[in-house]
Amino acid sequence: MLKTFKIGGVHPAENKFSSGREIEALALPKTAFIPVGQHIGAPAAPVVKKGDKVKTGQVIAQSNGFVSVNIHSSVSGTVKKIDLIPDASGYAKQGIVIDVEGDEWLETIDRSETLVNDFSFTGEEIIQKIKEAGIVGMGGATFPTHVKLVPPKGMKAGLLIINGVECEPYLTSDHRLMLEKADEIVVGTRLLMKALNVEKAVIGIENNKPDAIRLLKEKVAAYPAISITPLKVKYPQGGEKQLIKAVTGKEVPSGALPIAVGCVVSNVGTAFAVYEAVQKNKPLFERVVTVTGKSVKQPSNFKVRIGTPASELLEAAGGLPDDTGKIISGGPMMGKAVTSLEIPVTKGTSGLLLVPGAEARRDGRMACIRCSRCVTACPMGLEPYLLMTASEKQIWERAEKEKVMDCIECGSCSYTCPSSRPLLDYIRLGKGKVGQIIRSRKN
Amino acid sequence: MSITIVYTVITLSAIGTLSAVVLYFVAQKFKVYEDPRIDQVEAALPGANCGGCGHAGCRAFAEACVKENDLSNLFCPVGGNECMSGVAGILGLEAVKKDPRVAVVRCNGTCEYRPKTSNFDGATTCAIASSLYSGETDCQYGCLGFGDCVVVCDFDAIHMNPVTGLPEVIDEKCVACGACVEACPKMLIELRKKFPKERKIYVACRNEDKGGQARKACQVACIGCSKCEKECAYDAITIANNLAFIDSDKCKLCRKCVSVCPTNAIIEVNFPPRKIQKETTESTTVNQ
Repeated sequence: MLKTFKIGGVHPAENKFSSGREIEALALPKTAFIPVGQHIGAPAAPVVKKGDKVKTGQVIAQSNGFVSVNIHSSVSGTVKKIDLIPDASGYAKQGIVIDVEGDEWLETIDRSETLVNDFSFTGEEIIQKIKEAGIVGMGGATFPTHVKLVPPKGMKAGLLIINGVECEPYLTSDHRLMLEKADEIVVGTRLLMKALNVEKAVIGIENNKPDAIRLLKEKVAAYPAISITPLKVKYPQGGEKQLIKAVTGKEVPSGALPIAVGCVVSNVGTAFAVYEAVQKNKPLFERVVTVTGKSVKQPSNFKVRIGTPASELLEAAGGLPDDTGKIISGGPMMGKAVTSLEIPVTKGTSGLLLVPGAEARRDGRMACIRCSRCVTACPMGLEPYLLMTASEKQIWERAEKEKVMDCIECGSCSYTCPSSRPLLDYIRLGKGKVGQIIRSRKN
Repeated sequence: MSITIVYTVITLSAIGTLSAVVLYFVAQKFKVYEDPRIDQVEAALPGANCGGCGHAGCRAFAEACVKENDLSNLFCPVGGNECMSGVAGILGLEAVKKDPRVAVVRCNGTCEYRPKTSNFDGATTCAIASSLYSGETDCQYGCLGFGDCVVVCDFDAIHMNPVTGLPEVIDEKCVACGACVEACPKMLIELRKKFPKERKIYVACRNEDKGGQARKACQVACIGCSKCEKECAYDAITIANNLAFIDSDKCKLCRKCVSVCPTNAIIEVNFPPRKIQKETTESTTVNQ
């Protein structure tokens, strides 16, 4: 009997079309648009100005506060301007535009493919290197990794969980990374263990990726501290709290962080980035992005420089299909529809999904029929119908009491609703408002 | 049998009397003095409970009036000057006089002027749409058209125009309570001074993008060219972040800015037609 989390969850069609396609390096863009706010927390402050020559890997925006990270140039060339550029949501945010000239990397970066297996760094040194390299959670949440690696006072991590679940349908970037960079991920895991000073690590992988499970099991055979846990396929198993529940059986208390049960969760993509940052001195300026969809000619996995416009990825995957109704940055469950093809790839972009027109539109909203499917589906044990009503009627006290802040925005409720009610839309609104109220209470 | 009734009556009367005595003393002990003027002030207020004064309803406003003992920071926009002088009379204070105000929607991006570049089919409220993305057009500052302002209006003073897709204020009904101002996530609604005959001149745009970009998204966007600023003889127009703003307290309704605006972003409402007719006056008829 495979492990999984206990309450809720849904089984959307997997549609992992690109899982058999090797990761290809995408050609450099002509112009890179690099937003300074690609992570949760304060946007970084630009340290270059118009006309400056930059090299690949050079810091172009400095971390601006505790929860913030450095932004590095993903290309070499000349800074064209520092201006407002539209992000995935269409709102203009500050960013650095670089005209690409050649591809000259910083000399300190080791560009070779050879595996550097051994290290003699202390935990602090590793955290420092991670911080300098601007690494954030690559699963999509983009929380600065160095912050996660320093547990709050009085708390101690006992277990590192590496998230290789990739429960979002369509996306295959983590899957391919596990197949092609398994050794590096294992080194990254060991580095993270050292940084956290934990004795044990578990790599959780869903059972729909048997090749990755087999390969990683071989690779970790030499390291008894690391184990592989195959998991039953269920969405949203990649959620931090769901993964902890699945792997350890422990439940993170409401409002608490995973460290409360002694766990720290990192994505396989993050583990790989940590390997590159520490062993190869390579900051985070490229990532694997899946470009996929039912009508896409060549669903692919690309290694893309941060700041590459989405249009260039689509071009490389065989162009924009005629029947495209919606373009989603991320997966179909948690991703966001974008309004323009010129939006740049950021540290949190795990995929680009092209949805055909017929599937792109939501059905009309109908009345709630009290079937309570949303309650059954909610992996956090909440009552989505109630949270939606509370938000719609603006009864924020009730929404707070019903733990709206515990919602992980996985979208299982909206997915399962037979009346196609916009449950998550309203819950997200409620979360925003209640969050504001809680913050204002603290001040 | 009858003796039982007598006993019952005596017992109950005794309990009643005793309780009355106890309650009397308790009431004396825990008596809360409430200024009778609060009731008087509340009676003088319109009773709309709209929250336009910044307080949680008319009672709370009345309490604040009595407690502050100073009306300089308190004003009921619904009742206006007349109501406030009544309140001032009750309290023996001086009320501030304020010009009556009216809500104005500062966006003229109709379907015709501002083409849609994407479709939104999520929950139809502005609050949700704006938290997800910038909107169905390329203008991230413009009206989303889902009518959160209409929903919050207690006075039936704002409606969506199905043709333009923009909200329209009915001036006679608007009491300037500011509920719509709060509700609009794009901060498009402004309370402006009410002029005679409901005349208005304002910049119907909030786009802070550079001129070219703004114009690309919407034909009637303010491009921040500052022609109006130069034309204005009363110092009423300021330009900030590529956007003009007309201060309604300084504006004298001379209409010069309207004629110089190259994009028709400045709108005049309820004016008689000009003597020299120009083709560009089409903007006078839209919105409001």
